[in-house]
Amino acid sequence: METDVMSIKKENNLKPVKKVMIIVSKGTLDGVYPALILANGARMEGIEAEMFFTFFGLESIVKSRMNDLHVAAVGNPALHMPTLVGGLPGMEHFVTHMMKKEMEKLDIPDVQEFLEIINASGGKIYACKLAMDMFHLKKEDLWEGVDEVLTVGDFYARCAGENTQVLFT
Amino acid sequence: MEKIIAGVTVDVNAEGYLTQISQWNENIASAIAVEEEVGPLGPKHWEVLKYLRDQQSRGTALSIRGIGKSGVVDIKTFYELFPNGPLKKASKIAGIPKPASCI
Repeated sequence: METDVMSIKKENNLKPVKKVMIIVSKGTLDGVYPALILANGARMEGIEAEMFFTFFGLESIVKSRMNDLHVAAVGNPALHMPTLVGGLPGMEHFVTHMMKKEMEKLDIPDVQEFLEIINASGGKIYACKLAMDMFHLKKEDLWEGVDEVLTVGDFYARCAGENTQVLFT
Repeated sequence: MEKIIAGVTVDVNAEGYLTQISQWNENIASAIAVEEEVGPLGPKHWEVLKYLRDQQSRGTALSIRGIGKSGVVDIKTFYELFPNGPLKKASKIAGIPKPASCI
């Protein structure tokens, strides 16, 4: 059955979301992809999208590591794998490989290409200043497509406007 | 439901997408483009619309990534040509179903 979004909006006089601000704090594959998909999906709907990478989320915009994110094989009950097995050498690599293979089947791009798509669509990519200081990262360590390094205050300033939603992943 | 677009009665769904691909023509496309605030269609628009209809007729699922790799248009230009939701708007103008893609 087709969801009739337009008529739901009209009937209830709902105003559409205008901008999403997505905070990415995790550096695992499954921590980063939902944010990328949400940001790109927002742009596809004509919604503005800005991403703020902080803490381990910075992994996905550090040039040397962005295409090497992993799925956590330990402490991840959804894998239905005993913790000890998950901790075996090579297991994390294997689990990551399997997930990447499934994603490729669905035509989901790798992290860098995904960020390039978001960039080309007018989305913004920001890095958190405090987290960069914490991890001793410089602007040169970041992927070239990063728009700016922001403080929390800068980030909130960019949240301004009617119908902005802040998402945290 | 039925709707008169560019003087022709066509079948559309509740969101305004044509339900009969064969009812589409260039006048209808131009009229939907104006309605969707895309404005007058230029040569590049037509090139993209033709590509989308071709892909649709082959049963290919449309995605932003696929369009970027098509060689017809890059992603930045695609967003400029069809502002505010390019894949949905371009599909509507091209007279093909709304894409169900998340990427």
